[in-house]
Amino acid sequence: MILALAATTLVALALLSDLIIPRVEEAWSRHRARRGRAPALSYDPGRERRAEQRARTLLRSCVDDEEWAMYRDLGFIRVWGSQADGPDQAGGTGGAPYAYLIYPHRAIVAYLAQTHRLLNEYCVAFPDQTRPYGSARLPDSDDVLAKWMALTGDERRLIATANMHLPGRQLDPTRVRRDLWRLTQWERARMRSSGAHSASTGVDAG
Amino acid sequence: MKPGHGEVLIAEGDVERAEDEQRLIEEFRRQLDAGLWAAVPYTGSAGRRQAHMVRAFGDIPRDAERVIFFPRAAGGR
Repeated sequence: MILALAATTLVALALLSDLIIPRVEEAWSRHRARRGRAPALSYDPGRERRAEQRARTLLRSCVDDEEWAMYRDLGFIRVWGSQADGPDQAGGTGGAPYAYLIYPHRAIVAYLAQTHRLLNEYCVAFPDQTRPYGSARLPDSDDVLAKWMALTGDERRLIATANMHLPGRQLDPTRVRRDLWRLTQWERARMRSSGAHSASTGVDAG
Repeated sequence: MKPGHGEVLIAEGDVERAEDEQRLIEEFRRQLDAGLWAAVPYTGSAGRRQAHMVRAFGDIPRDAERVIFFPRAAGGR
């Protein structure tokens, strides 16, 4: 009886092997692929925080006081455009002043300064292919500084390198318009505060 | 600039000393050969801070305090 059951099991296994073996092989290769994709170094939040702290110090030492305060308070930096006819050949601005908003690890947004009309999004990255800590991604403030240097140093080259998209592809236009409104409010408050400080200094001096 | 690290000091020296200058030139070339971009932050004529992208050691102003190397830009998603 037992012999008959064992023989039947063997036959059943032999018949099912065509189905079972490929699945086992597939599961094994998936497992190996998962292990292969894992970075050599695990994510270390402390290391990333220290890196961001160093990056913020470097950013602060490079940009204007106003730009630094803008980044600290609002989370982005505005850089004025310098091309006579706008950021790219596609749609000129007719000489109207324009600017860019730089967000960390997000697209750069170009807009008309007076009307706040959004022009384009420019998607650009600064990947470090050596992946020194298992990642190609710079700290947030380094990403902002890289964009700031590339835009103020060679706007035309950066814009030519970036992938251009219509507004709304990566950043919600409502959010960007709200950021522009926040920027206006922030600048007004800063001017008021600066005016009050000057007045008070003048009184003290007198 | 390095992922997971931030700012890293690569080399320093006084360009008025020939020995230092040679070392700085070699390091500058090594970084550019590795595909990095180089920039010197400075204060422009209108008083605004901006960066000067440099492609050769001779482009660096003699009084520049530092040159910052960062990964080359690529089109993002």
